[in-house]
Amino acid sequence: MAEPVSNDDADWRDDIFAALKGAEIRQVGYVPDAGHSRLIELCHADPQIRAIPLTSEEEGIGLAAGAWLGGQRAALLMQSSGVGNCINLLSLAKSCRFPLVMLVTMRGEWGEFNPWQVPMGTKTQAALELMDVLVYRVERGEEAGETAAAALDIAFNGSLATAVLLSQRLIGAKKWVK
Amino acid sequence: MMQAGKANDPRLDRREAMRALLDKRGDLLLVTGLGSTTWDAAAVGDDDRNFYLWGAMGAAAMVGLGLAVAQPERRVLVVTGDGEMLMGLGALATIGVQRPPNLALAVFDNARYAETGMQASHTDHGVSLCGVARSCGIEGVYDIADSAALQEFARLVHITDDTLFARIAIKADEPPRVLPSRDGVLLKNRFRSALGIE
Repeated sequence: MAEPVSNDDADWRDDIFAALKGAEIRQVGYVPDAGHSRLIELCHADPQIRAIPLTSEEEGIGLAAGAWLGGQRAALLMQSSGVGNCINLLSLAKSCRFPLVMLVTMRGEWGEFNPWQVPMGTKTQAALELMDVLVYRVERGEEAGETAAAALDIAFNGSLATAVLLSQRLIGAKKWVK
Repeated sequence: MMQAGKANDPRLDRREAMRALLDKRGDLLLVTGLGSTTWDAAAVGDDDRNFYLWGAMGAAAMVGLGLAVAQPERRVLVVTGDGEMLMGLGALATIGVQRPPNLALAVFDNARYAETGMQASHTDHGVSLCGVARSCGIEGVYDIADSAALQEFARLVHITDDTLFARIAIKADEPPRVLPSRDGVLLKNRFRSALGIE
């Protein structure tokens, strides 16, 4: 188990973590992203949560389905580029009406430095909606916790696939030259 | 190059192999991949504790991981084909990190994409799934080509407290299809009900 996470840097990510705890999430699959790093640390430090690093985001769709089959709730953390990796696997969630919650940090938006992030970043929401995933966007930190809670609620109580897109402006543009 | 499907092929019959794995299954939970392993499981006998993947190719091992973590008191067996496993090789790295003690993966390897016209898969060209599994940190790795070794693996699935991986050499044939329900919601709900989950 990881070391306890300091409260000194607490922010909206802690509100999302509180929403995960409130929804009794027991498995968190993730592909690392800088915007999620504090949330990943919080998940690893929690003895009730199994934080599972994935090699690619589509693994998380299967993981979440298996968790639900076994009576546990899972959530996935990924970057917008990873949404593209999930597209065919989303058919698993749709065909079986598995609950699914994807918390997605956005790239390719406001303040993006790397143009290669733009094609997937600008189509992330449309790609999810093409696969009938219910999409919520978060632009301001104070919205993050309640939006995550709303997505978790409709996913697990309504057997729906959901995604919360955390805007790049909220996360802060990546600093490439320090 | 390895040759599959010859008359003197020592490889196992896929239906017999599935029957051996599910013999005395107890409360074993089964996940099968798209597609022939799903027909094999249905041919051996439909069961509420079977979860068949009719799509999402590459996902079988990860469904098994999520299930094994959620149900630590039960044994979970994933049976899938070489093509399905090859599409999700990263899952072996992910599972090698987690190594749930109640998860076993069995890959029916006919070195072919049987569903799409028997095209050669990467294993036919020498890619070693056992080698990949070992390299990913899975220690209980078995390369199986005879029924005695298969029966021993089927026994270990119930008693070993470590993640297991078996590559099972099967003949490249197509036995008559036995198709279980394609209703994903039904398959999901009956599986959870069998586990006593609301």
